[in-house]
Amino acid sequence: MRSDGSSSAPLGLKVAAACGLLFLHLPILLIFIYAFTTEERSFVWPPPGLTTQWFAVTWNRPDVWEALSLSVRVAAISTLVALVLGTLCAAAVSRTRFFGRETISLLVILPIALPGIITGIALRSAFSLAEIPFSFWTIVLGHATFCVVVVYNNAVARLRRTSGSMIEASMDLGADGFQTFRHVVLPNIATALLAGGMLAFALSFDEVIVTTFTAGQQQTLPIWMLEELIRPRQRPVTNVVAMVVVLVTLLPILVAYYLTQNGDQIAGSGK
Amino acid sequence: MTSAVSFQEVSRHFGSVRAVDMVDLDIVPGEFFAMLGPSGSGKTTCLRLIAGFEQPTSGSISIFGERAEGVPPYRRNVNTVFQDYALFPHLNVLDNVAYGLMVKGVGKLERQKAAEEALSLVRLPGYGARRPSQLSGGQRQRVALARALVNQPKVLLLDEPLGALDLKLRENMQEELKSLQKALGITFVFVTHDQGEALSMADRVAVFNDGKIMQIGTPQDIYQRPKTRFVADFVGSSNVLPPDFVQRYSGQHRWGSLRPESIRIGRAAKGDGVAARLVSTNYLGATTRLALDADGLRLHAIVPAGATLPKEGEAVVLTFNREHLHLMDEPG
Repeated sequence: MRSDGSSSAPLGLKVAAACGLLFLHLPILLIFIYAFTTEERSFVWPPPGLTTQWFAVTWNRPDVWEALSLSVRVAAISTLVALVLGTLCAAAVSRTRFFGRETISLLVILPIALPGIITGIALRSAFSLAEIPFSFWTIVLGHATFCVVVVYNNAVARLRRTSGSMIEASMDLGADGFQTFRHVVLPNIATALLAGGMLAFALSFDEVIVTTFTAGQQQTLPIWMLEELIRPRQRPVTNVVAMVVVLVTLLPILVAYYLTQNGDQIAGSGK
Repeated sequence: MTSAVSFQEVSRHFGSVRAVDMVDLDIVPGEFFAMLGPSGSGKTTCLRLIAGFEQPTSGSISIFGERAEGVPPYRRNVNTVFQDYALFPHLNVLDNVAYGLMVKGVGKLERQKAAEEALSLVRLPGYGARRPSQLSGGQRQRVALARALVNQPKVLLLDEPLGALDLKLRENMQEELKSLQKALGITFVFVTHDQGEALSMADRVAVFNDGKIMQIGTPQDIYQRPKTRFVADFVGSSNVLPPDFVQRYSGQHRWGSLRPESIRIGRAAKGDGVAARLVSTNYLGATTRLALDADGLRLHAIVPAGATLPKEGEAVVLTFNREHLHLMDEPG
């Protein structure tokens, strides 16, 4: 039975729901408001005055640009690595049966279930054991561990829904392995890969914990924000950057959500 | 003459399971060949061996004289109509049908023209722009057929292609497949578990059980002269008669078979015959199927509708023409 829209929930329930939503989103709104405050040393409520000067200040700070550029590059490369590895792994697990298949499936998903601090410490000790200096690539490696998971989960869900006889049909009609991948497999998993890739990008872009263990002196954007909170001057700059981060990560997640609405889970979006 | 498909002592084992076990088989070019058997009997594995999706564990396969072991599916001049049709959901009907020509590098105009022709052949002209999801089961089946035929295969493999269709549609498709095969002259190899389908469509039938071929022959051979108890029972549910029973009527101590429609029912104490008791009657429309108990031996008889029948539980006498009693190869 469908409930009628006009005579829906009782008032108490509506108020409770509104309070819940406010509790979740009001703090984010506050962050946005403080980006416009005239007070630069501490956050006081209500803001003594409103200004847009912090946008100009942020624009002219080279450290912001460096951090942003590093974050974008790390996210892009990690996503690329994850797309290749995640798809290959999903194809192997969904198409063939072999000894230890379930174990491999579990091991691939594990990094997302593992607390980031464990992944971080593990990677850091592994890097120092192997005497690998911290660099751009160690951050990428760290991020790839959990980016692979979201790509893998999305791809494996789609591949499971794709009938195996379709691949056989393609071979039967004269297509070799590469042609089959190009003309049959890829078109069928493309939206899943796009969704997985966008999620991976968003996850990498705002990652803090694993990054603190795998980055050397370099600062990604979230790390830069963390450092910035301790400094006494130009605080609203952090808020301006926060707004940008929210937008940059929210948009891909929204797009991913709409791309996979036909039944797919956005697996791992909870991290 | 070279066979269209030839199996020499072909086996395919999956671990300890002998899916196909020492099968010898020769399919004549241009014939409609059915592989009949219960599920797990190895008939589908045989089809996949011809298509190239499986490789034999031992033995040799040749297709029109060319050795097929190790040759991948995409280098065989053989096409398959899959049980679930396996149409590509991201392509429209025309591109589905043209797929085989596309991967072979045939130009766009030429392959679309060929695809249109193939669609006309299966009586779906003008359906090219639709998506597979917009078609009914019967239409998808035709698209799958067109997609295979457009490549002009030497052998067309059909894996239970009518299984998912309802009865009326199935009967239509049976006739259509048969006339299509005659018109094109292509060798059709057809896998089915439905003995009625195999008997009505095929030129020759191979009956499979436990990875082995029990019998190969024309539908008449298989139906009237089964060689083993399994064939007699699986093809048309014949009455399988034990050697002691058969000896009384033929003088030979061998297993026999008797078609249900060969048994006549008479009133008890009226002439000589097998004394039996009517256990149950099963009305089937054109005929009625009777279950009988002849001193512990369970028999079935089929009589035309409208015949006056004794009541259930009544004693009856069964008679049959001795020529209809078929002696099987299996000794008692």
